[in-house]
Amino acid sequence: MIVPLTHLLILASILFALGLLCVLIWRSNVIMMLIGIEIMLNAAMLVFVAGSNHWGMADGQVFALMIMAMTSAEVSLALAMVVYLHRRKKTVNVDEFRELRDQ
Amino acid sequence: MEQTLFYIMATVIVIATIFAISEKHPVHAIVYLVTSFFALAVVFYLLAAPLIAMFEVIIYAGAVMVLFMFVIMMLDQGSPEDAERPPLMHYLPALVLTGITLVSLVLLLTNRSPVAAAAVAPRLVSVKEFAITLFNQYGVAIEIISMQLLFAIVGVLYLGRRRKP
Repeated sequence: MIVPLTHLLILASILFALGLLCVLIWRSNVIMMLIGIEIMLNAAMLVFVAGSNHWGMADGQVFALMIMAMTSAEVSLALAMVVYLHRRKKTVNVDEFRELRDQ
Repeated sequence: MEQTLFYIMATVIVIATIFAISEKHPVHAIVYLVTSFFALAVVFYLLAAPLIAMFEVIIYAGAVMVLFMFVIMMLDQGSPEDAERPPLMHYLPALVLTGITLVSLVLLLTNRSPVAAAAVAPRLVSVKEFAITLFNQYGVAIEIISMQLLFAIVGVLYLGRRRKP
């Protein structure tokens, strides 16, 4: 272990908070919201790899790989949905898609 | 040496991510985010996970970010003049939630409890051990992930099909 686990957890928490900030602020651009989700998933992956290193088990790295596969599926589906909504509304502002909301 | 490199890379990650989320052009944000991912790959390498570091560069910085860039170019969102910052009203809930997160982090750090489990002696998880764990213990998870990727393909094909006007 090159640095204490606490420092890695602090770094991951700061990254997660930044991703949360990005998702909540950029409601006017759905692509920036997806970027925020990427940042949060990276923070989660950092925690898994740090735990894997701390306890000397391979399981954390396996789950980091699972998160990566999940992210690629999620991003491809979400971006296809962005393209579809942009075709209908000519915008990427999330507030314009309000007919998806339950009335 | 490794400690110094880790702290430098942690600083690079945080600063590049701050630049990425405060940038109003999505293309610039993607470029900053790729910088952050490269630094994160170095951190993974320092944590004795070279396989994950490689996947980080190949899948995240390579495939996912290029997909983002492709969609931005396809939707013509890359022009700098019509980029605008979100309205001030949107900042409030974000700042409240992030403040709560950071304050709880600080509270956790100030009254720290003794560390529960002592660290096991560090040892390198080899690729062989990684693969054995992956395919022996988590075979069901691999099946679920493959089904998830299949569903993603079906969904993307459905959403992206050419509709008759």
